[in-house]
Amino acid sequence: MTAVGAPLAKADFQSDQETRWCPGCGDYAILSAVQSFMPELGIPPERIVFMTGIGCAGRFAYYMDTYGMHGIHGRAPALATGLATTRPDLSIWVVTGDGDALSIGGNHLIHALRRNVPLKILLFNNQIYGLTKGQASPTSERGKITKSTPFGSHDRPFNPLALALGAEATFVARTIDTDRQHLPEILRAAAAHEGTAFVEIYQNCPVFNDGAFEALRDREQGAANRIPLVHGEPIRFGATGERGVVREAGGDLRIADVADVGEDALLVHDAHREDPSQAFALALLADRHRLGGVPGPTPIGVFRAVERPLHGAAAARDPDRAVADAATLDALLRQGDTWTVA
Amino acid sequence: MGKTVEQRERVVVRFAGDSGDGMQLVGGRFTDATAVLGNDLATLPDFPAEIRAPAGTIPGVSAFQIHFASRDILTPGDTPNVLVAMNPAALQANLATLERGATIIANEDAFTRRNLEKAGYAANPLDDDGGPLADYRVIRVPMTTLTTRAAEGLEGVGSREAGRAKNLFALGLLSWLYGRPTDGTERWIEQKFASRPAALAANRAAFRAGWSFGETTELLDVQYRVAPATDVAPGTYRQVNGTTATALGLIAASVRSGLPLLLASYPITPASELLHELSRHGGAGVRTIQAEDEIAAAGMALGAAYGGHLGVTATSGPGMDLKAETIGLAAMLELPLVVIDVQRAGPSTGMPTKTEQSDLLLALHGRHGESPLPVLAAATPADCFETAFEAARLAVAYRTPVILLSDGFLSNSSEPWRIPDAASLPQIDPAFAQPPADGAAGEAFRPYARDARGVRPWAPPGTSGLQHRIGGLEKQDASGNISYDPANHATMTRLRAERIARIADELPPLAVEADEDAELLVLGWGSSYGPIRAAVRRVRDRGLKVARAHLRHLEPLPPNVGDVLREFPRVLVPECNGGQLAQLLRARFLIDVRSHTKVSGQPLFAAELEHAILAALDAEVLA
Repeated sequence: MTAVGAPLAKADFQSDQETRWCPGCGDYAILSAVQSFMPELGIPPERIVFMTGIGCAGRFAYYMDTYGMHGIHGRAPALATGLATTRPDLSIWVVTGDGDALSIGGNHLIHALRRNVPLKILLFNNQIYGLTKGQASPTSERGKITKSTPFGSHDRPFNPLALALGAEATFVARTIDTDRQHLPEILRAAAAHEGTAFVEIYQNCPVFNDGAFEALRDREQGAANRIPLVHGEPIRFGATGERGVVREAGGDLRIADVADVGEDALLVHDAHREDPSQAFALALLADRHRLGGVPGPTPIGVFRAVERPLHGAAAARDPDRAVADAATLDALLRQGDTWTVA
Repeated sequence: MGKTVEQRERVVVRFAGDSGDGMQLVGGRFTDATAVLGNDLATLPDFPAEIRAPAGTIPGVSAFQIHFASRDILTPGDTPNVLVAMNPAALQANLATLERGATIIANEDAFTRRNLEKAGYAANPLDDDGGPLADYRVIRVPMTTLTTRAAEGLEGVGSREAGRAKNLFALGLLSWLYGRPTDGTERWIEQKFASRPAALAANRAAFRAGWSFGETTELLDVQYRVAPATDVAPGTYRQVNGTTATALGLIAASVRSGLPLLLASYPITPASELLHELSRHGGAGVRTIQAEDEIAAAGMALGAAYGGHLGVTATSGPGMDLKAETIGLAAMLELPLVVIDVQRAGPSTGMPTKTEQSDLLLALHGRHGESPLPVLAAATPADCFETAFEAARLAVAYRTPVILLSDGFLSNSSEPWRIPDAASLPQIDPAFAQPPADGAAGEAFRPYARDARGVRPWAPPGTSGLQHRIGGLEKQDASGNISYDPANHATMTRLRAERIARIADELPPLAVEADEDAELLVLGWGSSYGPIRAAVRRVRDRGLKVARAHLRHLEPLPPNVGDVLREFPRVLVPECNGGQLAQLLRARFLIDVRSHTKVSGQPLFAAELEHAILAALDAEVLA
């Protein structure tokens, strides 16, 4: 326990449980970043809850010295909704994976986003089923050869951000497991958001899908392939900012050389737009520039952050409901027509 | 014109019409007036799953039956004495339920050629003296015409609006026939149509016209009286159906435990009514969520329980299948969760509006792994109050999911309920784990360290110094850390089971109401309570000896069940399923109980049970 008034440190959020992910797993980097970030919240550990589903990401709850529940496959958003609805005093974080959130738990995810429950949802996307040992996930790319798809996956993958934006989530962001600067930045923005914050974290699975995000994680390649989104700034990227995103006459977004189109032609990022369609187009940008199965340059950062009424007890229109007293109960029991037998 | 007044001890009336005719509405109102008069009563709504099946057809018939009496009654009645038939389909669909000599009051205006065809009548049965109605007393009333005429000249009332009030005409007529008080109904009409003056005027005129018709017509020369029941305990009463009683029981448990109530549910027939009912009680601290699906509903309730609230989810048959995974998690987490199953006819979608008791074995065993949990069943609509309260109490006291079995019959049926005082209800102590004293800092909290009853501490988030992690993985005894140790899994499985089994220690023993030297015990559970008591009474009226007992707690069973079963040479177990309790008792006690089963979507009837009991007694008095 921490002494009253003493500032919290990373160690205050590390549980005594031995971490059991595979060596080199991206989850270690995320765990370390989250534990390091937590003191910044200024919230005592007993008022922080981590709710997880099933899969490698599901173990996350055990390693945080906060309150935590390792739930059932896909259901963490539902469990967390029940908690958030009744306990607006808590800071509730859902940790999930691509199979957990987008396959078995897809319904709960979109409805949490629809309701705007005060939750922070961290989706570790490694584009594979890890804990069940290597089957295709709903974010595995087309043609992917896995144990369950020996001739290549036939199905088109979900784009998690496009799905969240389609559900009109109020906060949608993407970051990368090993980026020690960008990841905390995104956690900070998510924590500051009042409603549901949905954060996709590209996470490397070294055993079943190694290198899936190498074009972004690698320092050199990353500089060329990451498109940082900064609210109010023109969208440009590359080692010297030589490339950027422009809107074509037909309305589609396209990657262009700044030298060709001029700085004034660059799209200015506006995360606060009520209409999610520009954020949606940015979410699909990398898929649209896919070349030979490899995604094109990929936007990271906050795609959308807008305000909308909250769900449950945190909502201004729905304040805390106190348990009735005995007199109120007596009146309730006697409601309607009654008669007395002497 | 002078009318004869005759006393009746008990009467069964059935209102039947098209789904859109408002039969449930007038049935409910007639019931309220009857309750206030002081009769004992039981009701049975019987309506189709389709919201508006094609008008005038047999699938579209909706009926409401009420049994009221001057003595203690136990069922909604097997056979109506009076059928109100608003159209030919209503007559056709209900004729078989009537006893010979019963009275049929028919809205003859609806017996048009087209309606007769839809109901499968070649000729109008009302005209056919030697026809299908020959054994009944038929009273033809042009209800639509008389209702329209009564509304003539009322401001803003068209003939269409007037005609739609014909159900209130029927209510007025039946209210006269049985001397029901009218002031309450007049007030009810005023409140119900307060915002629609034309409808108010039309319905009031129709109700009064129905009453006046009774007074003046020569078709009816006898008015009946059913005196207030005298064999009821002193107290203040109201009428409740099982849904209302369940809702009030849960709210009472919330008040007596200090735990705010959260109900999360997904719409499903017939359990939706509970969601509707509790959604109205925000003022009493109740919060409700209409979840995205059955699984989420259970998850939300469990999430609220984790946060230190009273988490409840309610559903019917198919929803139980979907909730099994979450109930298993609650069993593993050892958190309080109340799961209400308003049983209906299955399997699959089955017959959503029809009743059954066929989820008993599902409730007991319908989860993977060894996951015992308490199962309770309510016996009557009013008993839903106490049973719901008890379910919540056990859930909180023992940190366990509890399944409460109700059914379609209980949820819709109503009866008088003696209202308890809030202060007389037991306190429920959530006994939350307390933050460690200053000196104890540094000592790890052990979320699965148990007390003498085997119950673990409940430490909701927000409790300082008790941060801990729980989950669906097997955990080490006491510390709660993940454990795959074989011996530990065996231990934890045993501890979870013992904790539930130990609840039996505090249960009242199964009470038996036995005649001296009774050879036969009739043992029931759930909503078969009324029919069993009524049938036993009939058998006793024949001078035969019999014993009767009824189970509220199905898991664990009261500690003396085995002894009770062995006391009697024969045991009969009637239930609305394929013999599920009978199977359980045979397996557990090695006693060859006899099973009486029914799976027709209807509750058991006293008459059929009487025969089953006589057969079990080898009685030669069978008529």
